Amino acid sequence: MSDTPFIARGFHRRRPEASANRLPPGQYETRDFPVLSAGPTPRTPLSQWDFTINDPTGRSIRWSWDELMALPHESPTVDIHCVTKWSKFGTRWEGISLDTMIAAARDASLAIPSYVLAFSDGDYSTNLPAADITGGKAWIAFGYDGAPLAPEHGGPARLLVPHLYFWKSAKWVRGLRFIDRDVPGFWEQLGYHNRGDPWKEQRYQGDP
Amino acid sequence: MQSEEMRLDGNAAAGVLRDLFTVDTTAAEATCGGCGKVGPIGALFEYGHEMGVVLRCTSCETPVLRIVRTDVAMYVDFSGLRLLRVSQ
Amino acid sequence: MSRLEWRVATVVGVRDETPRTRSLVLNVPGWAGHRAGQHVDVRLVAEDGYEAQRSYSIASAPENESVELTVERLDDGEVSSYLCDVLGPGDGLELRGPIGGYFVWDISSDGPLLLVGGGSGIVPLMSMLRHRARSDAAVRSRVPTVLLYSARTAEELIYKEELEKLANGNDSLMVCITLTRDAPAEWRGLRGRVDRAMLEMVSATVSGRPNVFVCGPTPFTEAVATLLVELGHEPSRIRTERFGPTG
Repeated sequence: MSDTPFIARGFHRRRPEASANRLPPGQYETRDFPVLSAGPTPRTPLSQWDFTINDPTGRSIRWSWDELMALPHESPTVDIHCVTKWSKFGTRWEGISLDTMIAAARDASLAIPSYVLAFSDGDYSTNLPAADITGGKAWIAFGYDGAPLAPEHGGPARLLVPHLYFWKSAKWVRGLRFIDRDVPGFWEQLGYHNRGDPWKEQRYQGDP
Repeated sequence: MQSEEMRLDGNAAAGVLRDLFTVDTTAAEATCGGCGKVGPIGALFEYGHEMGVVLRCTSCETPVLRIVRTDVAMYVDFSGLRLLRVSQ
Repeated sequence: MSRLEWRVATVVGVRDETPRTRSLVLNVPGWAGHRAGQHVDVRLVAEDGYEAQRSYSIASAPENESVELTVERLDDGEVSSYLCDVLGPGDGLELRGPIGGYFVWDISSDGPLLLVGGGSGIVPLMSMLRHRARSDAAVRSRVPTVLLYSARTAEELIYKEELEKLANGNDSLMVCITLTRDAPAEWRGLRGRVDRAMLEMVSATVSGRPNVFVCGPTPFTEAVATLLVELGHEPSRIRTERFGPTG
């Protein structure tokens, strides 16, 4: 790798909007909603879909699709930030706050230790500190921009954790496994950060 | 657009693989650790986009090879690759 | 020194092939040659350090002195619009290659050849045809070749004149072009998307067990490859290269 890169004459990134103070470091704004997937789009019929929370002792609590839909809905509008450097402002979602679901898990005597591994259809998973999905910071999202969440964007339901890089907002989510010790998920095994705070630019393992 | 419409193939990983192996490996025969299917790396389905390279078996979708390049390191997961045969 | 090095090529010429595609003629210092079907990685770095990288198939024959790439300008494509609209003769372009060992063809691979290209998927296939054209007639007669090229309109046909010339001047090369969206009244080629009947027709024209190369957007490439297997082509003789939407 050369020390002084060759600068391409007249090349620049697509013009960012003037919203600099909403942009985490190293990001640029997009008006698109790029689709990034690590595998084929799963197609679990709603009649077979469920969402499960497990704890380290083996206790679990489960919701069917209808049971999930019966929980109180919220309509968060949030900015989202992808580790591949695009950010999208003002995205509108409909979902169930994870606080509601974790409260139900506590009521069912599940232990809620410090880390969680979210798992999805296909082989996707992502790990996060449990503190990052409580306190109004996370949802199970089933609606986007006024319509049901499209399959390529994670429908029927995905995790939504907008204050972290968007690979943590696992598409096609099917459950959470609470764990005592942090275990890296799909991308974290390959060098991405265990937490992923875009404001601290925690993109990769080893980033502070 | 569904993920399948946007998937590429192992040819798209040729550049990254060339940084890892000293010869081109897209024609090399890979045995899937999931189902045992044998086929050239170039024919595997490629997902991952800008996050990294995820090469999946065309029969069972097991990730045969996964590669991420960060600013300081290259991470390569071979666990889905049972065998690789590179012609000499 | 086994890593492929990044090199700064010089643009010695540009050629607009169609309203949406441009060929870049490059002088690449230290270029060690390539095989038909291979590609290069192109890297653009802006003054603020922003970096973008894309892969482009080499369009020129290995026998060519300079390296040619043919780039399609994609809507919102930040790299393709730079290469098509901004880059000009005298400019530098950073690239590395050649890359690829699967989707490649050499004239030494005797036997019939079937090429199926959709849109800009014609580019690596053109490298193969140009490479083939450099051999004498005796050699070419041992490599009977059919190209099936699918484009949306006549205006979007890349290398149209050159393909006509190759087809007319050549003994054992047949070029079939199909227009899928709009064909002029006087159009005497094929019309409509590549389907089973069209593939059956071109397969019948190529005798024996051809080596097959299919290139284009993913849905096109996968549909064609599936149909070819259904028509009896051996899967191991079909090589595909999927082009993605990024620009």
